[in-house]
Amino acid sequence: MAYQDDIALMSHLMRRAGFGAGRDEIEARVAKGYEATVEELLHPETQPAADPYTLLRYQPASLLPGGQPPMGNVNWMYYLVNTKRPLEEKMALFWHHVFATGNSKVDNYDQLLEQINLFREQGMGNYRDLLLTVAKNPTMIFWLDNQQNHGNAVNENWGRELLELFSLGAGNYTENDVRECSRAFTGWTFETKIPRAPYGRFPWKFEYRPEDHDDGEKEFLGHKGNFNGEDIIDIVVQQPACGRFICRHLYNFFVADEPQVPAWPLESPRDQKAIDTLVGAFRDAKFDMRPVLRVLFNSDFFKNARYQHMKSPAEVVVGTLRLVGGHELPFPGYGELSMNTAYMGQDLLNPPSVEGWHTGKEWINSGSLMARVNFVAEKVGDPSLPGVRAIINRLKARGSLSPDQLVDGCLDLLGPVEVGSDTKQELASQAKEWGQISWDSDSNAQLADQRTSEMLQLIVATREYQFA
Amino acid sequence: MPATETTQKDPVIVVLQLTGGNDYLNTVIPYNNPLYRDNRKAVGIPDNQIMHLDAQYGIPHYMAPLKQFWDDGQLAILHGVGWKESPRSHFRAMDIWHTCEPVKVGTEGWLGRVAREFDPKKENVVTTVSFGPSLPRSLVVQGVPVACVAGPLERYGFLPTIQGQQRKQVLDRFAAMYKPAIGSATVMDYMADTGIDSLKGEDILKVAPQKYSSTVQYPNTPIARKLKGIAQVHTADLGSRIFYCDHSTFDTHAGQNPGHGNLWTAVTEGIDAFMKDLREHNHADNVILLMFSEFGRRVRDNGSGTDHGAGGVAFVLGEKVKGGHYGEMPSLKPEHLVQGDMNPNMDFRSVYSTILDKWLKLNPAPIVNGTFEQPAFLN
Repeated sequence: MAYQDDIALMSHLMRRAGFGAGRDEIEARVAKGYEATVEELLHPETQPAADPYTLLRYQPASLLPGGQPPMGNVNWMYYLVNTKRPLEEKMALFWHHVFATGNSKVDNYDQLLEQINLFREQGMGNYRDLLLTVAKNPTMIFWLDNQQNHGNAVNENWGRELLELFSLGAGNYTENDVRECSRAFTGWTFETKIPRAPYGRFPWKFEYRPEDHDDGEKEFLGHKGNFNGEDIIDIVVQQPACGRFICRHLYNFFVADEPQVPAWPLESPRDQKAIDTLVGAFRDAKFDMRPVLRVLFNSDFFKNARYQHMKSPAEVVVGTLRLVGGHELPFPGYGELSMNTAYMGQDLLNPPSVEGWHTGKEWINSGSLMARVNFVAEKVGDPSLPGVRAIINRLKARGSLSPDQLVDGCLDLLGPVEVGSDTKQELASQAKEWGQISWDSDSNAQLADQRTSEMLQLIVATREYQFA
Repeated sequence: MPATETTQKDPVIVVLQLTGGNDYLNTVIPYNNPLYRDNRKAVGIPDNQIMHLDAQYGIPHYMAPLKQFWDDGQLAILHGVGWKESPRSHFRAMDIWHTCEPVKVGTEGWLGRVAREFDPKKENVVTTVSFGPSLPRSLVVQGVPVACVAGPLERYGFLPTIQGQQRKQVLDRFAAMYKPAIGSATVMDYMADTGIDSLKGEDILKVAPQKYSSTVQYPNTPIARKLKGIAQVHTADLGSRIFYCDHSTFDTHAGQNPGHGNLWTAVTEGIDAFMKDLREHNHADNVILLMFSEFGRRVRDNGSGTDHGAGGVAFVLGEKVKGGHYGEMPSLKPEHLVQGDMNPNMDFRSVYSTILDKWLKLNPAPIVNGTFEQPAFLN
């Protein structure tokens, strides 16, 4: 049973630190070892990057997608599906949840993809440095109107969201702090944009305009001084509230579902000790993310949190595509494929507001539940896809299967997926109606393929399968 | 499975949420008030682009379709809506509109409670239909189904690739697996309810686009498509009483001109087509449309747009609405502002209370968590 436990645990790690993995990959990773795998995930630079030229050969418009979906989504979907650096990509998604920036206003996927790339490069580095990068990111500046934040006409959008959503969380600062913070960031803007006609979009570039900066004395979180933006960030990261806020985000994203962020000032974390552990690591690491993640993935609270996380639409779609295979090349139709997370309630690169998406149970409603079930079922119900064929072949190798063996085998190879006894009973009843299946003749094999794919479809339609 | 028979004339509410914080002051404009011009040096609507409603207020030209409703006495304007010490945070403010809980974190949506009153035994799973991929919290109450139409109405349903005789067997198995177990964890029960209700809802809703025909051309905008979906379901007489949709983003911190105009053009043209469609089907007189936003915006503009504020404006529109102004625009004098924002003087729960009491014929107090004065925009 120990080996089965290792498989289950590794499968859990890959679902959380990445987007899941098929049985071949899981077995290889188990052979490597859990801690070694965590180290590999924490060091994406040891793995090859996905090939950008393959993407561009098929979808040249995804290089500079401009304003209209789906080319921006296509670009990111390609990397999500093909990456050999799953945690790097997952951290980019994590920071996209936190520093939520949306195309509905930015109208520029080139810039949003650049932001995602910054999250790839710096996502596991130092949080304070990342915050400064974000403060100087022209896409973020535009999204939160900081180019309209002038010494003589303060615009509080960035100043507020920096404190409320990106570092401290609501309730840990006053309206005065918002004002003073905003004053400190006056003059943080971008170079005058080159007009779109006639040559299209040019990259945006950060510019600091000292003449537009309010360099008067400011009072912020009890500190007084002629603060500029960088000083604000330095003060903010030292606040205990900052560590608590960021670590609770990490817990919510990687470990188990917390209530929605607006409830955080009012509701305590479900596992305060776990948060405290992460906060300690965050502080000891002087706000480096990598050591915190190492502590997280090696902790008992993480290992024991199997299936405590409602999959986000990104995890549903990307996890499925990586499992079933056959979607590595961005063929025609990739655009429609990439929009599926949006139909499930998560339009990547276009969150509904700077507050990001409501996660956990709130991903589920009668519309999204239907979209999730239908998408996954259609994929796993297709035996021509290599990942599905791989599952069938493993079952086939066991010879002929009794109804229980079919159910157990499919549950195992799709995860292993944990289902309740009632669900298990329904699956078993269905398999019993079909009887023994085997691949011993052509016609039996065809039926066996069909029954297996139907069982897979039933399993992915279960409630339990919505969790990771 | 038969849909619950209800009379065609049961009162119906359509909610069109303006997401992002709609700028009250540029929506209902006190064009004679010098403080308007003083505070809106950058984004003020020019005088020749304001359509006068009366001697005091006007609407911007880009809301022109609403003028006819105003002239016909079918548009109620609710001034200064909000509540005391409202936060300037999108999610929190919108949650409060949805749950009527300004202090605690509310878990029940007001319209979810309405649905529970209308249909306590869940006899009609399409009592509430929401158009849009995310389920608004206003519709959420444990155990109350919502048909959430994320995409086109025509494609609504589970496992569409499985058809024929096999479909029934598979969907039956699905239904069996989604049976809620007593004592199982909350999220699992929630999903069980959701799954079973969706199955039923699919059967009922697929009729609507099939039955629908109309001469009305809707604009090609997301909000118009949602309104058209609502019209299809409403005119199919499936017993739906609550419809919800939203348009975004009204969060015009910058580029308010032309951003605000583009948003309202889409909304008002959509509403115009929608009401024409309902009238054509003789299905307009039992419908009212509520438009609201989570807050208004700052009185003084920031050079290109406006920041989050407090007091806002709501609209209620319909044949049975008593059109006119309700409440008073809060004073724009600096000494009367709160943190630079208009001080709300009509609690948003008052607006809900009128709708609940006078239109939906329900006791408002348990739904909005209190008793609030009712502006008299409905008989």
